[in-house]
Amino acid sequence: MSNLQVSLYRYNPETDSAPYMEEFQVDTQGRDLMVLDVLHMVKEQDNGLAFRRSCREGVCGSDGMNMNGKNGLACITPLSEVVKKGKLTLRPLPGLPVIRDLVVDMGLFYKQYERIQPYLQNDNPAPAIERLQSPEDRDKLDGLYECILCACCSTSCPSFWWNPDKFVGPAGLLQAYRFLADSRDEATRERLAELEDPFSVFRCRGIMNCVAVCPKGLNPTRAIGKIREMLLANAT
Amino acid sequence: MVTNITNFGRSGLSDWLVQRVSAIILALYSLFIVGYLLFHPGLDYATWSGLFAQTWMRIFSLLAFVSLAAHAWVGLWTVTTDYLKPTGIRIAVQTVIILAIFVFLVWGIQVLWGA
Repeated sequence: MSNLQVSLYRYNPETDSAPYMEEFQVDTQGRDLMVLDVLHMVKEQDNGLAFRRSCREGVCGSDGMNMNGKNGLACITPLSEVVKKGKLTLRPLPGLPVIRDLVVDMGLFYKQYERIQPYLQNDNPAPAIERLQSPEDRDKLDGLYECILCACCSTSCPSFWWNPDKFVGPAGLLQAYRFLADSRDEATRERLAELEDPFSVFRCRGIMNCVAVCPKGLNPTRAIGKIREMLLANAT
Repeated sequence: MVTNITNFGRSGLSDWLVQRVSAIILALYSLFIVGYLLFHPGLDYATWSGLFAQTWMRIFSLLAFVSLAAHAWVGLWTVTTDYLKPTGIRIAVQTVIILAIFVFLVWGIQVLWGA
């Protein structure tokens, strides 16, 4: 018998006037479970609990949440990594509107993603086979395309908290650079023109919260630095 | 593209560059002043006044004042856009900040060339 105290953020807009924290006791039987497993055990005690999950192996990016103060994916975060003094506190991703319990409205996050036009733009007639890339050009996309849009980075970024409508955020900017760096994309100048205002890219203060929390080990701060370099090289 | 009319250079890129260049100038000026004070322990009015009577020192000081003005504008503009969401209050505070920067700059020039 090894009890874990789980403190959960609860909010049901239909019945609660304000969010509150609810305490649960979970018996882990001494196993180093993933946080998502614990959530399922809590749901057995209270099946009204709402959270998102799908693949449960860190691929889909559905179960991003704040665990003992740090954003991450519940399905690939073992208890040994986050639990302190036998207590686990789970909150929704910070900075986004809460729909219910751990489920947040990702609308603003997706809007910023849409803004950077996350698709290849090339007006040349498509060749009979694929648009080819040299292995060197393909290598430039490594560390960029792996993003699963779980929003752990953008919702840990104070610049995104203060200006989610104007600052693209680390996730969106990582993808912006993914298309700026792609040798097959021809909209580089138009893309850069959309980003040179004081908010979209430049609201990044380089505090690197995004790098600290990314469950895929990606580095949005470096991508933002590369975008700045491209903007500078393109300007006079 | 987010439109802006109250920031220093109308462009995030130019603001960013101004902030970095002005920071370097301010760092050099600060190091120089601190170094000068360390090398002149018994500093009197005549020596201090003599330093600022030289043209190169006046140019260096004016450069530092202009850098401080630009640096403060870019920095405080950013702070106001982060924390002051109602447009009326934000524009009012930004106006006060920019006017204060202007007054201090003119005052600084007067101090440099006045004595």
